Amino acid sequence: MKKQITGWLFALPATIHLLLFALLPIGYAAYLAVYKINLLQADWQYVGLGNFREIFGEGGFPNALLNSTIYTLASVPLGVIVALAVAVLVTQQIKGIEVFRTIFYLPAVCGQVAIAMIWIYIFLPKKGMINAVLGAFGLPDGTDFLGQPGWAMAALVFMSIWTGLGPRMILFVSGLLNIPSSLLEAAEIDGATPFQRFWRITLPLVAPTTYFVAVTSMIGAMQIFTPVYMMTRGGPEGSTDVVGYHIYSAAWERFRIGEASAMSFILFAAILALSALPFRNMTRQTGGMYG
Amino acid sequence: MRKVVVWSLLLLLAIFLAAPFVWMVLVSLQPAKAPIPNYDQLIPADPQWQNYRLVIFNPFVPMGRFFWNSIVVATGVVLGQLLFCSMCAYGIARIRFRGANALFFTFLASMMFAGVVTQIPVYLMMRELRWLDTFAALIVPGLSSAFNVFLLRQFMVGIPYELDEASQIDGASHFGIYWRVILPLCKPALATVAAFTFFAVWTDFFWPLLATNSMRMRTLEVGLSVFKNSYGATNWPLQMAAATVTLIPVIAAFLWAQKWFVRGIQMSGLK
Repeated sequence: MKKQITGWLFALPATIHLLLFALLPIGYAAYLAVYKINLLQADWQYVGLGNFREIFGEGGFPNALLNSTIYTLASVPLGVIVALAVAVLVTQQIKGIEVFRTIFYLPAVCGQVAIAMIWIYIFLPKKGMINAVLGAFGLPDGTDFLGQPGWAMAALVFMSIWTGLGPRMILFVSGLLNIPSSLLEAAEIDGATPFQRFWRITLPLVAPTTYFVAVTSMIGAMQIFTPVYMMTRGGPEGSTDVVGYHIYSAAWERFRIGEASAMSFILFAAILALSALPFRNMTRQTGGMYG
Repeated sequence: MRKVVVWSLLLLLAIFLAAPFVWMVLVSLQPAKAPIPNYDQLIPADPQWQNYRLVIFNPFVPMGRFFWNSIVVATGVVLGQLLFCSMCAYGIARIRFRGANALFFTFLASMMFAGVVTQIPVYLMMRELRWLDTFAALIVPGLSSAFNVFLLRQFMVGIPYELDEASQIDGASHFGIYWRVILPLCKPALATVAAFTFFAVWTDFFWPLLATNSMRMRTLEVGLSVFKNSYGATNWPLQMAAATVTLIPVIAAFLWAQKWFVRGIQMSGLK
């Protein structure tokens, strides 16, 4: 009996925190989602599923869902492939390879605001880094990557490969180092080419890591917010208005709390569908508000 | 031959990864308010180091205060998580009271909700409590984390249970075992939790953006975005100087804490 009480006492602070900042808010969000709310005048009006009908009835939210899907389907496969290739490179037996691992990791520890500021500059027409390099090779250098509807999403995807490389690479590195070197050596003795060894041995054996990296990356990509907030504000012409940003602007710029809560449940359902695939592999989130 | 290929690829990649940072520093040393330089004039003839002074001692955007706020918030959250998450993990992993497994499962399940659904309700809660724009709103919602309970529980399950039994025979209480036996053995995991959480909080943008609205309470990330908005597209050198100022301590801290940090990412991939 004493054991039960002691056990619960140890778990108590974290459990109360879980109740107050995770479980209770979920219930509260469900409640908010069925009301029309005017925060300033404390005016609440029950509308049932009206908010859900409304957000799918107007164009903004479906467009945001589509944009998030495009962003996810473009950035995740690219990011995963690049990270695996880089991980293969940095697991070569070379003196000083740790230095490269560190450099490749750096963007991931930097705040996304500073990163966004740097990349706005990089994407500038004529004088930004990318256009300057293009111009130096005599290619057209006038593209306003963040200002043209056809380019803005591609620019965000390109940037995400750079920012997201570090953690993915480290996961692949530990996956690759877990492959018994005897297997690869045996294949080499049997005359397998490097490409065959990679395709037939490394790739299948690293598959669980690939799966984990892909799923956590998709969950992250579905929630992208800061780069959009800093760089495009959802524009031009709504072409980068992703769900994370759309919910933010609905709630805190247009003060449509009920509709925004309904949207957050739709986003949650999408994330749940992705993460239910491998339940035991939880996300890299730290949880709480700093997820 | 193979070495040459690998080395060239590594160097190319390193250039791709490092170039934006180099670009940032070079632009930050251009004369403030000057037109954007062409790439061949990018290396400043006369480096404007006073740009950094203008940023750090800016009268309208108090970078020092932002920096202090970030330190207070990150330290508070890290200390809270180290204590509360390790206590909870100890209860679940070492005391194994009735309901411990159900509780652990609830923590796991809650991780999927983090951030997405809870942001609006937690904001309204903070509003009701009149905690908005205070350290309480920035720290209290982060004081515990399901992920770190999970991580520490996994680590503690791996410690031999004979240690607890031996200490109990010696008359140690559960608190004594937790504090003097288990926690010291968990040092590597605790260091990882601390490093990981510190960086996550330090670079968090969304929550401090919502929870604060006065200059006095902005954290460095939000403060930097304020700086960008107040100096617009007109003053690139100052913007890049501000970005550099915020990145230097983070990169220095990362180089110092790298070991624990990288291990944390690897642990997140374990079952």
